Amino acid sequence: MASKGIKDRVAIVGMGCTKFGEHWDKGAEDLLVEAAYDAYKSAGVDPSDVDAYWLGTMGSGVSGLTLSEPLKIQYKPVTRVENMCATGSESLRQACYAVASGAFDVAMAIGVEKLKDSGFSGLVMSNPPNDGTPACMTPPALFSLLAPAYFKKYGLDPEKGKDVLTRIAWKNHRNGARNPKAQFQKEVPMETIRNSPKIADPLGIMDCSGVSDGAAAAIVVRAEDAHKYCKNPIYIKALSFVAGPAEGPLSPEYDFTTFPEVVASARDAYAQAGVTNPREQISLAEVHDCFTPTELVLYEDLGFSKRGSAWQDVMEGFFDLEGKLPVNPDGGLKSFGHPIGASGLRMMYEMWLQMRGEAGPRQLKNPRLGLTHNLGGQPGRCVSFVSVVGNQVG
Amino acid sequence: MAGIVSYGSYIPYRRLKRAAIAAVLGVPATRGERAVASFDEDSVSMAVEALRDALKTAPGATVRSLTFGTTTPPYAEKLNAALVGAGARLPAEIRASDSTGSIRAGLSAMLQAAESAAASGGHAAVALADCRLGAPEGKLEQSGGDGAAAFIFGRDNVIAEIEASASLTREYLDSWRAPGERFAHSWEERFALTQAYGPFFRKIIQEVLEKAKVAPGDLAKVVLDAPNQRAAEEMLRELKFDPARVADSLALTVGQTGAAHAALMLTAALPSAKPGDRILVVTVGDGADAMVLKATPAIAAFRPVHSVGRMVESKGDVSYANYLKWREILPTEPPRRPDPDRPAAPPMMRAEKWKFGLIGSKCRACGTAQLPPQRVCVKCRAVDQMDPYSFADRHGRVATYAIDRLAFSLNPPTINAVVDYEGGGRFLCEMTDCEPDKVAIGDEVEMTFRRLFTADGVHNYFWKARPRR
Repeated sequence: MASKGIKDRVAIVGMGCTKFGEHWDKGAEDLLVEAAYDAYKSAGVDPSDVDAYWLGTMGSGVSGLTLSEPLKIQYKPVTRVENMCATGSESLRQACYAVASGAFDVAMAIGVEKLKDSGFSGLVMSNPPNDGTPACMTPPALFSLLAPAYFKKYGLDPEKGKDVLTRIAWKNHRNGARNPKAQFQKEVPMETIRNSPKIADPLGIMDCSGVSDGAAAAIVVRAEDAHKYCKNPIYIKALSFVAGPAEGPLSPEYDFTTFPEVVASARDAYAQAGVTNPREQISLAEVHDCFTPTELVLYEDLGFSKRGSAWQDVMEGFFDLEGKLPVNPDGGLKSFGHPIGASGLRMMYEMWLQMRGEAGPRQLKNPRLGLTHNLGGQPGRCVSFVSVVGNQVG
Repeated sequence: MAGIVSYGSYIPYRRLKRAAIAAVLGVPATRGERAVASFDEDSVSMAVEALRDALKTAPGATVRSLTFGTTTPPYAEKLNAALVGAGARLPAEIRASDSTGSIRAGLSAMLQAAESAAASGGHAAVALADCRLGAPEGKLEQSGGDGAAAFIFGRDNVIAEIEASASLTREYLDSWRAPGERFAHSWEERFALTQAYGPFFRKIIQEVLEKAKVAPGDLAKVVLDAPNQRAAEEMLRELKFDPARVADSLALTVGQTGAAHAALMLTAALPSAKPGDRILVVTVGDGADAMVLKATPAIAAFRPVHSVGRMVESKGDVSYANYLKWREILPTEPPRRPDPDRPAAPPMMRAEKWKFGLIGSKCRACGTAQLPPQRVCVKCRAVDQMDPYSFADRHGRVATYAIDRLAFSLNPPTINAVVDYEGGGRFLCEMTDCEPDKVAIGDEVEMTFRRLFTADGVHNYFWKARPRR
């Protein structure tokens, strides 16, 4: 039984996004105020016009108070949601369903993460008290498991494999250089990426997404109301979210060259949106490039490339800004940065800009249908979100 | 008469060359190398490894007691033997105790276990291990070694029976360490050599040989162990034992492994023992213990799982700098990552068989082996139809791996492997005793009991994979 979907029933009528990066001078509350007021302004609404809020954050606060307190939201429902690195997308999904149901007319999805206050390198998650047996692996190590498995399965020698990963990071930095809100706004030579200090072999520091602070927000309404707020809204074609049974670490049948959760959520989203050939039909995609091998595998799981051929598409520039299917035109997690709770909404922010012709130096020509993909967890044990959005109904 | 039914031994993979110590510290080098417990090993984890082997070659044993002997117990308060028993999957219905305080703790525990097995009719297990730590520039740093040995004593299927034993206890000051101190102090060497070791050796050897009605010339092997190698060598010369019958002291390859050492020397000597051979075993230190063993016809068919000879050969070097870091003698800059969380008592107790014994589950409905133990089958999703299934002795192959340079470790980088077991089951775990540039998909691995880390004084023991030894 697949999800029924809410194709063209909900529209985004305003968005806001802070610059991502090391905001030593701003706390989570500052970032929330910025993103929320950016979104109010974008939609031309007053805070009193928004009926309900979904706040996504993995660790920068608990409960709706994390948002209602800094914004002084006046006695309205604010729900804090968390779904690991897919938290931002989860908040959007909840807000969309809330207005689609008719329970509310205007809802805000907002996500935030303040990572740079921890004093640690990389992302830190705390576990509930446990028996001391779960593997204590860092995120880059968990995602690096994909690399040797993929290289071996498709006959890439490690040098060639490293070239492919390097080119993915290079492409995302190149795109980020055209984005004034990105954490890293510089093109990086392939040699620098290739020779960056190792974090989890074969991944170097330049294969990892930016550890970043930031917030992003979207205001959603029912599609029939969209033009009350703006001339060129974007429409939700599909929202799919799945949590996997986490069989990868348990079952030898899982081979670490795919995310079955992504395959399932993509299939569901394409069915909702009526997409039959994503490689041809999708104009642009923002995918969860937490580490370079993730993006490589995602091309295949999302149906952009045939199994075993994504690496060739990468080398041929298929996913470049000028390519047939630009992926992460805003720089992605790699270059825009990855403040966990904000990232899913940041991906949607790029859809918002591109579909409305507001993406500046990285503007694509006439994008019609866009995809965002957001993932949380690790290979074989994760949650996955896929959305399809468009700038026209139908 | 009770005697040894089975034995196992363990020598850690890492070796520290004595010349490497001398080169850094500028002190005189002694010959050879010493065995070094890896950063994730201690006396408990090594005892588990030796006891697992001893139990494998005593398949019918009904173990009723366990004594863990060591001078370096990981816990000053808390029964270390309970950890050893859990790791070796001994039943709960046993008497268990720690025997410590002196290198004599090992042989004393063996004699007590033999007497207990003789009296009770069941089997008595002894696991002896030590992680000898000497202060930099001191003698013990070079002469000490890390290792373990384990024995199962019983009345039937005995491979070596105890013909006689003797013990001697004297109060004198030789080597001592107060609670909280890392390194032992010792009195002037000449004092113990002339007033303790020599006289004790003479007295105990004479007594035990008289009790056994055995002449020195009738001994096939002599295992003499002393805190000071010189004491044993002087005694061997004095008693004019044929060098061919003197057991290898392991001084050049392993070092003196504290409370485990006489036992380890014995396990090294037993594979060459023939039925009827008599073996003298003596340890001096705070007195002395001695026994005379006689090999039975059953010894001819006995093969240890890992022989000492094989483990002496299976090795990889550790630099002196890494050794100092592993033993936390050299403090290092902490990583910019959070400290690991202390494992919690209730989940550890709930998961005792899993955590300490590596017992997973196997689905009765579809036969799929899986770990950690599951309630809902990963394959057929049958609910609560699981039988316990042990993975501790199963070999596996590396399906993929990660080299984590960011994770907290005393020995970075941390190597993690996805292990697929023969007979089914997959586990994502740490790898140990291997080099990062040597790991490859398809490598064959076996499971080993280790101390992952210590947090808030709680030692977190669990299993890792290592290349087959």
